[in-house]
Amino acid sequence: MRAGRPTAIVALAVAAGASLVAALAVGSVPLPLHELVGAALGSTSAGADIVLGLRAPRALSGFAVGATLALSGALLQALLRNPLADPYVLGISGGAAVAALAALALGLGVVAVQASAIVGALLTLAILFVLARRSLYSTDMSGGEQAAGSVLLTGVMLASFAAALMSLVLALAPDGRLRPMMFWLLGDLSGATDPWPAVLALVLAIVLLLFAFDHARSLNLMLRGDLQAYTQGVRVAATRRRLVLVAAIATASAVTLGGAVGFVGFVAPHLVRMWIGNDQRVVLPASMLLGGTLVVVADTVARTAFAPLQLPVGVLTALIGVPVFLGFLGRR
Amino acid sequence: MERRLLELVGVTLRTPQRVLVDALSVTIATGERWAVLGPNGAGKSTLLATIAGARPADAGAVRLGGRDVRTLPADALARERALLTDRWVDPFACSALDTVLTARYVFRDEVGAEATARRWLASLDCEALADRDVRRLSRGERQRVGIATALAQETPLVLLDEPTAHQDPRHQALVISELTALSGRAQVASLHDLNAAARFATHALMLWGDGRSLGGPAEEVLTPAVLSDLFGTPISRIETGGEAFFHVHTHAA
Repeated sequence: MRAGRPTAIVALAVAAGASLVAALAVGSVPLPLHELVGAALGSTSAGADIVLGLRAPRALSGFAVGATLALSGALLQALLRNPLADPYVLGISGGAAVAALAALALGLGVVAVQASAIVGALLTLAILFVLARRSLYSTDMSGGEQAAGSVLLTGVMLASFAAALMSLVLALAPDGRLRPMMFWLLGDLSGATDPWPAVLALVLAIVLLLFAFDHARSLNLMLRGDLQAYTQGVRVAATRRRLVLVAAIATASAVTLGGAVGFVGFVAPHLVRMWIGNDQRVVLPASMLLGGTLVVVADTVARTAFAPLQLPVGVLTALIGVPVFLGFLGRR
Repeated sequence: MERRLLELVGVTLRTPQRVLVDALSVTIATGERWAVLGPNGAGKSTLLATIAGARPADAGAVRLGGRDVRTLPADALARERALLTDRWVDPFACSALDTVLTARYVFRDEVGAEATARRWLASLDCEALADRDVRRLSRGERQRVGIATALAQETPLVLLDEPTAHQDPRHQALVISELTALSGRAQVASLHDLNAAARFATHALMLWGDGRSLGGPAEEVLTPAVLSDLFGTPISRIETGGEAFFHVHTHAA
């Protein structure tokens, strides 16, 4: 693998910073830069309250959601050797959604909904590992694409089952509670009023990236097939188990924080690959920066475009992401 | 001088339905080139994967340098043997050079790796393909990039599953002559072209696919009688201009 493109990483980091500053400055009360700096330095003005109390938690949440979804998508596309894979393909988010919707249907608060989402995601992950154990723990590398394929199939089945359960919960839920449930399904950051969950998710995102980065060279080889990677020295089965776990935790963290924000986990890794190639050592961090930026921008538009009406951010990620993706695709 | 590198001790290979190879024992030394011959489905690829340590033998053991391959970790094995498999995929865009560079994974020699990779690409007439996307290569070109990848691992044991597949006559001759020219290695290659096998091999291993197998020096086992029995069709040997050729008759009498 040739060296990555540090310049691309720097450019994406700058874009991420700019998107966060813009997210803090733009809104029903536009704030000039010096007020943002003041708020950061601890001044107590109305502007500072808006920045720290409302916009900062939401912007940070958005960034964490986008970054973890993009990490999950990049990992799963590579692990499953399937360009169509996204963070939701293994059913982890489906499990989280069933639990979160059930909590919403019961009229529980934000914390209970988030806790339910985590439990649902982890439970689904455990079921996935039990059902796909023969592929995940196989010591026979000569079976071609069977292992990755069977993990994918198991995940898709879990996702379908979860989708049916979601429909069931939606059908049984009282009418008055359907709107927050729909927003959760579309991906919505308006619940982010406390900065700590977002900070926690960002720390988790960095830990997951460092862990995944350690396996990035192995993942580059695993793209060519299990047998090929194994003969070149990769501990294929162990690496796949660890990275499926990383991807699942990343997805669980994202949906817990922002609901099922669509498209970003699929499109960010593809845009990065089209731009700077497919070395996972670059793809993983670059996808996270791009995914985070995309969600922050989308959410800023979501809460300002039709103000005072707020849109679910998931609508905007696809509305912005699809044309950008098609534009890149057409230029190739 | 002890040059014994690879030992198969009572290796048995089974599918759920039948026994492919029954208690095969064979010793392979550095400098030897073994052609693995047999009809489709006889277990040639399975045997190569088993020798590579990628799957367990259904009975018996494969020893590389005296150690059971199933007890060696993947990275240690990768320094000892390379395998050209027909089981690779190219789901994402990647240049031929980067593909060959994957061979240097365990060696972590990023500085020298590119020169190594380009050298092997050049030896297989793939110099001009270095920057091309492997997904856009012809099957024959992609196969030679695969051979370059296996050789770029620079291991004492080289396993090749049908290296001459998809090659035009000139490139088939090139592949065989490049492999024959490699020194200081042991090679095991499955081949379907009998004349390519005859030029390549110092030894041959025949798999009937029903448990029977026969291994030995090429001049002893690569005979019309054995080959006719192996493939179930009359095969004769024709000598012309000092070279011997196998002729496969299209119809059994």
